[in-house]
Amino acid sequence: MKPEIVGDVSSLPDAAFSHRSLIWWGVLGFILIEGTAFLLAGGSYFFLMNHTTPWPPHRVPPDLLIGSAFTALVIASELPNVWTDRVAHAERLLPTRIGLGIMTLIGLALLVLRWYEFQALNVGWDDNAYGSIVWALLALHTVHLLTDWVDTLVLTVFAFMHDLKRTHYSDVTDNCLYWHFVALAWLPIYALLYWVPRMLK
Amino acid sequence: MSAVLPREPGAAEIAALDAQLERTWGTGRGLWERLSTVDHKIVGRRYVITGFVFFVLAGVLALMMRTQLMQPDSELIGPDRYNQIFTMHGTTMMFLFAVPIMEAMAVYLVPLMCGTRNISFPRLNAYSYWVYLFGGIMIWVAFLLNVGPETGWFSYVPLAGPEFSPGKRTDFWAQMITFTEVAALAVAVELVATIMKQRAPGMTLSRMPLFLWSMLVTSLMIIIAMPAVMLASSFLISDRLVGTHFFNPVEGGDALLWQHLFWFFGHPEVYIIFLPALGMVSSIVTTFSRRTIFAYTLMVLALLATGVLAFGLWVHHMFATGLPRLGSSFYTAASMMIAIPSGLQIFGWIATLWDGKPRFKSPLLFVIGFIVIFVLGGLTGVMLAAVPLDLQAHDTYFVVAHFHYVLIGGAVFPLFGAFYYWFPKFTGRLLSERLGRWNFWLFFIGFNVTFFPMHILGLAGMPRRVYTYPAGLGWESLNRLSSIGALLIGVSVLLFIINVVRSLRAGDVAGDNPWEASTLEWATSSPPPPYNFMHVPVVTGREALWVPGPRQVMEGLSPSHREVLCTTVLTAEPDLRQPSAMPSSWPLWAALTTALWFIGSIFDARAVIWGSIPVAICLIGWLWPTHPEPFRERGLA
Repeated sequence: MKPEIVGDVSSLPDAAFSHRSLIWWGVLGFILIEGTAFLLAGGSYFFLMNHTTPWPPHRVPPDLLIGSAFTALVIASELPNVWTDRVAHAERLLPTRIGLGIMTLIGLALLVLRWYEFQALNVGWDDNAYGSIVWALLALHTVHLLTDWVDTLVLTVFAFMHDLKRTHYSDVTDNCLYWHFVALAWLPIYALLYWVPRMLK
Repeated sequence: MSAVLPREPGAAEIAALDAQLERTWGTGRGLWERLSTVDHKIVGRRYVITGFVFFVLAGVLALMMRTQLMQPDSELIGPDRYNQIFTMHGTTMMFLFAVPIMEAMAVYLVPLMCGTRNISFPRLNAYSYWVYLFGGIMIWVAFLLNVGPETGWFSYVPLAGPEFSPGKRTDFWAQMITFTEVAALAVAVELVATIMKQRAPGMTLSRMPLFLWSMLVTSLMIIIAMPAVMLASSFLISDRLVGTHFFNPVEGGDALLWQHLFWFFGHPEVYIIFLPALGMVSSIVTTFSRRTIFAYTLMVLALLATGVLAFGLWVHHMFATGLPRLGSSFYTAASMMIAIPSGLQIFGWIATLWDGKPRFKSPLLFVIGFIVIFVLGGLTGVMLAAVPLDLQAHDTYFVVAHFHYVLIGGAVFPLFGAFYYWFPKFTGRLLSERLGRWNFWLFFIGFNVTFFPMHILGLAGMPRRVYTYPAGLGWESLNRLSSIGALLIGVSVLLFIINVVRSLRAGDVAGDNPWEASTLEWATSSPPPPYNFMHVPVVTGREALWVPGPRQVMEGLSPSHREVLCTTVLTAEPDLRQPSAMPSSWPLWAALTTALWFIGSIFDARAVIWGSIPVAICLIGWLWPTHPEPFRERGLA
């Protein structure tokens, strides 16, 4: 039996933003996966904490300065991130390029700070279970920081080399969404690493 | 397209469109093109075959164990080899067969059932298959070289820790987890996106086939459950390789942390295997009773309820670890509660069959077998959910009997039913019905002969995972019976393989819709063309192909470059023509470098750092943004 053609989709757009685009759903899926991993790693932190008094066992929590500087910069990064998201939505080429450039530089600065943050933990991963979970949480977040930075860098290089179409602007906004996740996921980890040992035990 | 709608396409128009779409979506015959393909049907087929090969391999291990246990004081296999064999049997069945093959069936079927041209992320899909394949090869090569894992499929610490499992054996196990979970998570994300965004126009959520619902819930469960086991295996391997202390009680670690993380994944895992099977059962029951499913809405709610409750049960694997009493009671209640949605679905299928006109072909036989065996397994499940009984039966053959009843009954029987049901769609030919009946009855009888005696053996005190037992305990005859049953299962699976090989060459030609089924995968030829559907199918009722009148479709997707139609999430209205990825060898390279990275880190922890660089290079090559076709045509790039 021959089918009956009842509609024509050729006039539909070939790129869109946010939940209309497939990639957005992919990004959301990976955010869910990684968010769950963060949550379980945080749960493991409390599980191990319940067995050990004092916490940290050697009574020296990580130094506040570098970690707090990192946190401040992460929070501040949300301003250019939101701005980049907006100008990409508006499909404005030059501001999008600038926004991507700023986010790349901020990511780089954060990676440098992170390097020193590891040195300021005041514990080795092989000292005790406390050290292991602290390193694990920080490493887990660093992996996300690094992957998003590489992703942003690639997008930036591409944006400066080419004229952008809506599909690329959509990629930029998805990258901004992922940065929201990387930034927001840091705040509870910051509390766990720096404030729980100071306030709860 | 300026033609007035509605209209019927002419024969010449159809032929021209077919030729053009074939050029756009086809995979050539050359080796390179085969390795670079991103066609979900080719990848799905590879996935299914690979999963089945692992099923047979793990089955051979089971036969070896049953041969060993056939008589007391057997010295056929030594204790060390036996430890590796039962570990590899469980590991292969759970991680390399059950989850992958369910996802594999979905990789093939979901896009067809949605009425779309390819899966949402075709390259990720190809990557996922290669990663899974390399992980499976890695652990089996290790096993053949006598470096196979030895601490059971759930690898409890401290047994699996650096102190009691020295050498590389458990490291291979932990990395196998990483391989398979990366692959499984990638497919889960693809399936969610495909089901949410690529359903045919008109296929609203309330018209979605139950198979799609079951795969949606399964994929969401994978997304939430699998990070737990990846985290756990990463903790384990770092305890073993770089001296962390997550599970070392001397330095503040805790062995129970492993059990919590593992079972937070491990229990949902059972449902991750089981829910796709429920979707398959619903498809088969609907088709073979020629009636829409009874209580569709309740069936959907039951799937969702199972998905949620599955996360509240994991501690029932840990009753023997001395948890607080109140905690145990909570998990007992949750374990018993999950019987409600499962029971509801069983009644739904029985009612559908009761009220329909059932045709007892091979697929439906396997479904009936599933109902009988799974209900028996469910009953022992309710028994084991009670703490006092669990403490008595813990680590005995009673538990082995229980979980084989639920897993083989709940997943393998429906899967075989699904093989018979969808084989014509995959290949264009029907499997032999006569061999199918032999296959079913040998499997059904063999299964019960193998596993029913294990209930009694367990209650008589026979512990699981022993490589032999002394004579005179009264276990001999039941063990012998069990081994004979295992042989019957082996013969049955062999018959299935013979059936497949023969039918591929000489089976009856199936035609588009040999079972007169109602879902969209039957609206295209068997096997489907590379582009799946010439026009976008339009869905006007819950059972799409049972709606009377001519089949409605839409036109307007480009024939000259790869495009899929995206629709809105709730009401499935056409929204977007999304470009779909071209074939690429980057996923293969990315998977190869990923394999190098994971395996390298077993031997040198620094590989975690340097091994990631080639992977990153491949990923950049893969994801480098490209200009969509019209843009390139205008010469603006």
